[in-house]
Amino acid sequence: MPDTGYILVILATVFVITFALRAVPFAALKALRDSTLVKVLSVWMPVGILGILAASTLRGTIIADPPSASLAVVAVITTAATHLLGGRRTLLSVGVGTLTYVVLVNVFQWAWLLRRSSGPRSWPFLCIR
Amino acid sequence: MYPLGVAFGLLVMQAGLPWWVAPALSIAGFAGSLELLLIGMMVAMTPLATVALTTLLVNFRHVFYAFSFPLSIVKNPLAKFYSLYALIDEAYAVTAASRETWTPWRLLSMQLAFQCYWVFGGLTGVAIAALTPGHIEGLEFALCALFITLTLDAARTRQQVPSIVLAGLSFTFALIVSPDQALFVALVMFLLLLLVRFGLDRRRTRKVSTDA
Repeated sequence: MPDTGYILVILATVFVITFALRAVPFAALKALRDSTLVKVLSVWMPVGILGILAASTLRGTIIADPPSASLAVVAVITTAATHLLGGRRTLLSVGVGTLTYVVLVNVFQWAWLLRRSSGPRSWPFLCIR
Repeated sequence: MYPLGVAFGLLVMQAGLPWWVAPALSIAGFAGSLELLLIGMMVAMTPLATVALTTLLVNFRHVFYAFSFPLSIVKNPLAKFYSLYALIDEAYAVTAASRETWTPWRLLSMQLAFQCYWVFGGLTGVAIAALTPGHIEGLEFALCALFITLTLDAARTRQQVPSIVLAGLSFTFALIVSPDQALFVALVMFLLLLLVRFGLDRRRTRKVSTDA
């Protein structure tokens, strides 16, 4: 678990970079406006960065709980479908997607526990092991 | 913003971080999606370089807000500082969407209201987590869901397909080459590929113009 010092260093780093990204462009407005690279990156960058973050957070979810990988995929599809069919309301899509995952994970975990606690008599295949 | 703030507060507590991390993050790095991302990064004790690069790239979009945000109407230096500091996506979107003329007071109160929603949403989440025992398994999926919707919103035109392909290549490459630092490597790789693409694009247009 991170200690307070680490958290404070992270907070300071994030503050400086975020503020600089918001403030510096106003000082260099003319140079930025004339730069084709900046113009092009503004079109090319967002979708890729967001896509990488989506993939990376999905991977994080799967690493945290590998047996639930297929459930995570179901939740991803549910989120995307809700977003595209439900009029791109972010809060609705995130809510439905998260709820799907939470319900699925908990139902499966519960079913698994139940199966384990019910013992070999009701689950003959466990006797083989 | 408020509901997302509540989710953010809940996640901070579920991750096992001290409660003050929620308001502290919302004040130090006032930028919703990045804050959510930082919860997991902090718990994993992610190296500072990765945190810095992620912050830089995730928040890079703010560079483009300078082109049309009406900061010039704010004269007071302190007010100017706050307005810059609180130039979040939502604040930019509101000014970009409205045709009305902004006064410094209106602009600042709009930004302050956004920050209040976010900070108090986070505190509400912290309070809920403190009052309810146990933790909700799977809640951290909210972050993944958020990035999925944001990606879908950014990928509306066919023009975006090359970027999506390059991002996919970068992430796959990162997974193979350095699974422990996948995010960092993927982001650097993506940026490099975009620069290569930019170079190729320029060469092609120059060729076309000399041919013509």
